Amino acid sequence: MSEAILEMRHINKEFSGVKALDDVNLVVEKGEIHAICGENGAGKSTLMNILSGVYPFGTYSGDVVYKGEVCKFHDIKDSERKGIVIIHQELALIPLLSIAENMFLGNENLQYPNVIDWDVTQRKAMEVLKSIGMDGENVNHTVGDLGMGKQQMIEIAKALAKDVELLILDEPTSALNEEESNMLLDLLLKLKKEQGITSIMISHKLNELSRIADNITIIRDGRTIETIVRNNDEPIDENRIIKGMVGRTITNRYPERHAAVGDVIFEVKDWTVADPEEPKNNKLSQVSFHVRRGEVVGFAGLMGAGRTELAMSLFGRTYGAGVKGKILKDGREIVLKDVQTAIDNKIAYVPEDRHTYGLVLLNDIKWNMTLASLNGRFSNKQSVIREDDEIYAAEDYKKKINIKANSITQEVGSLSGGNQQKVVLAKWMLSEPDVLILDEPTRGIDVGAKYEIYTIINKLAESGKAIVMISSEMPELLGICDRVYVLNAGRVVGELAKEQMNQEAIMKLIMDDSARKGI
Amino acid sequence: MSVELAKGTETSEMKDNLKQLKQYGMIIALVVIYSIFAVMSDFKNVAPMNVNNLIMQNSYVIILALGMLLCCLTGNVDLSVGSVVAFTGAIAAIMVVDYHMAIPVAFLAALVLGTIIGMWQGFFIAALGVSPFIVSLANMLVFRGLALVVLRGQTKGPLPHDFTVVGAGYLPQFFTNIGGTKIELLSLVAGIVISLFIVFMELHSRRNKLRQGFAVSSKMAMLFKMALSVLIVNFFTIKLAMYMGLPMVLLIVLVLIIIYTFVTTRTVPGRQIYAVGGNRKAAALSGIKVNHVMFWIYTNMGLLAGLAGIVLSARNASATPKAGDMFEMDAIAACYIGGTAVAGGAGTVTGAVVGALIMGVLNNGMSLLGWSVDVQRVVKGLVLLAAVSVDLYFKQKKNA
Repeated sequence: MSEAILEMRHINKEFSGVKALDDVNLVVEKGEIHAICGENGAGKSTLMNILSGVYPFGTYSGDVVYKGEVCKFHDIKDSERKGIVIIHQELALIPLLSIAENMFLGNENLQYPNVIDWDVTQRKAMEVLKSIGMDGENVNHTVGDLGMGKQQMIEIAKALAKDVELLILDEPTSALNEEESNMLLDLLLKLKKEQGITSIMISHKLNELSRIADNITIIRDGRTIETIVRNNDEPIDENRIIKGMVGRTITNRYPERHAAVGDVIFEVKDWTVADPEEPKNNKLSQVSFHVRRGEVVGFAGLMGAGRTELAMSLFGRTYGAGVKGKILKDGREIVLKDVQTAIDNKIAYVPEDRHTYGLVLLNDIKWNMTLASLNGRFSNKQSVIREDDEIYAAEDYKKKINIKANSITQEVGSLSGGNQQKVVLAKWMLSEPDVLILDEPTRGIDVGAKYEIYTIINKLAESGKAIVMISSEMPELLGICDRVYVLNAGRVVGELAKEQMNQEAIMKLIMDDSARKGI
Repeated sequence: MSVELAKGTETSEMKDNLKQLKQYGMIIALVVIYSIFAVMSDFKNVAPMNVNNLIMQNSYVIILALGMLLCCLTGNVDLSVGSVVAFTGAIAAIMVVDYHMAIPVAFLAALVLGTIIGMWQGFFIAALGVSPFIVSLANMLVFRGLALVVLRGQTKGPLPHDFTVVGAGYLPQFFTNIGGTKIELLSLVAGIVISLFIVFMELHSRRNKLRQGFAVSSKMAMLFKMALSVLIVNFFTIKLAMYMGLPMVLLIVLVLIIIYTFVTTRTVPGRQIYAVGGNRKAAALSGIKVNHVMFWIYTNMGLLAGLAGIVLSARNASATPKAGDMFEMDAIAACYIGGTAVAGGAGTVTGAVVGALIMGVLNNGMSLLGWSVDVQRVVKGLVLLAAVSVDLYFKQKKNA
């Protein structure tokens, strides 16, 4: 064993009473690639935010020991000064600035105080790009013109320009295709070998981890489960990682459903949608699928496969341009020209990212719950709101789906993620839909709340509603869906029935399709 | 878990108290400012004539603030209202003075013109997606310029009595003599009727809520609220009774306040405005046609600017190309002093009206003290800055 560059000892972190990290320990050796694995909400990002000073010293308990000394970071600048750089899932690049400008943003080469030395900036930028094998790029070109993979590499170059010693990458390949991912992973290996840079990488992609990681630490529900050490050149067993991540038998996590699957209620034929930014590119091509009453149908796919775009383009054309294709409900064609028409046709869409698309955080539970049905059951012909009905409905749903809040007049911004998600669900249940499209309904909420959401989904299906579920968590799709469509690069590349559904089968469909297209 | 819940209840109660305090806070601030000026001006500002002036001088700011509130609720402003006031007022005056057209026709024309100007702005904002700030800045220049053009840079007047009655006239007066002072009876009756109405509505809604098992505020809080409202209403009506009775414009403003309160709190379109301001994307995905909402908000602002144009030229008995200068700033300031969130999504009609009254009391008080317009601007600016800062400070404290 070589020396440890970083030790995080007995880290505890709470968010308003909820334990996010519970006595987490992490040891990273100098010059290794250390992977951190865990389900969404397991606490990986929280741990990295503590390490990089996003959550300042004092807001957590335990010690961060870096190069033998206890660190008390107050912000990101503190950790960067020590050579720790974090690259978040959402890139922190400014698309309209050049590569060189982006690389030295916040870390400018100065000629005089506050005066930038552009010559040095460009020269250094070129040097760094060369060291990562991107000599071909013009450092004066804007970053926005680069592909996602290259942008991710510019982020790494930006870190290198800061004399990084410990590089943290939060799901760096989630938005990349296979080729770009490989390029990035090779770069990490190269940096390790040639410059001795230590990396910590958070990832869900097991094949990547077993390929490049030296050690893997598994976190579950805010606790460290184990650290798996790589033996020589033998790749790490993926099954062992999964067992550590999930930790319990799948059947416990997903409540059973007793829904009678009925007739086809919702059918989409040859749905083709162009990217509104680049109308020549089709974001979705010839997508066809159907859902039956009482059925839960999943959509699997990588980030960027077009699942959210599919849902939003169906839901009153809130995404895309030049929409082509047919929507049939109960066998009759319907045209959903806007959201209100979709609601009137009893379609509901529970969006991903409840803060941005689902809720008005300033307002209270009752107010948010009724927002999508104001024109229907909550107002009279003169558009005057039936306030009493609002109160009855909100009280009813608060009880029915167990929203933990003091009252229906509590601001939704002050609720926990799981309860916020329940408010969004209630909002769309109140619109009395026949078809519910749920986009990442359990993202960022804890295991207990997830179970409750699954229970709600089951009840909806049992009452004869058709559910379309989009999720990036494959175990969730496997656990809750009757059938899964696999989407890749805007096309349906496969349909799996309950008996055929497993993680490998889904990944295989995606990989085969990508391989066929040569991307 | 139970500890956590208990903690939650406590903070939510505190939040409720804070909310109420904020509402009363503005009214109390208004009373305090008014009292300070009362002392400083040897109680000149509570004299019946001055109370009357206070209402007449501020009526257009209140009218504009009602429309501006809707803009502010979406996180935007309309900078063109002062210019639109001048232009619509000018057109109405020209129609009456130069072309001898019937006064109702001129009024209607000004209102329609204001509405069309609002639609014109709404078109750029909603259909083309140009930022409201830019659109209204451009139209501020356009309509100020047009006002100068149509008036040829000169004042148009004098306007006939039937015109000026809207801004400077009174409702029918019934004078009597009580203990040596001339008293106008209609004002007194109005005060009593409004007081009874307030008490009745408050009790009615409370009984209704209790019957359905909904939460109600404490009895003390309700009594305090009722007493405060009744006191303020009768202060004004008694003062007005001691002067010339109820100004016509007060009736207009009251009717508007009632309409806008109802629309913003009780109707679907009102709710949609708050949703658009609170979270545009979520609003759109809830079936709200954001562009339609924006279009109608600016159309409505144009209509109210037209009305303010009529009222202002009526009060001045003439139209001038400089009329309404900086009115947009007074209206915007009224909204923000009244607690409207700068980012949009939160704010009330009551708040905007109280904000407008605070601005008015400041204007009026400083004028009575003989302070120059320059100093008045400094003070008004500082008050706006202080009001918004205090509001923000408490919000941050609440979140911490």
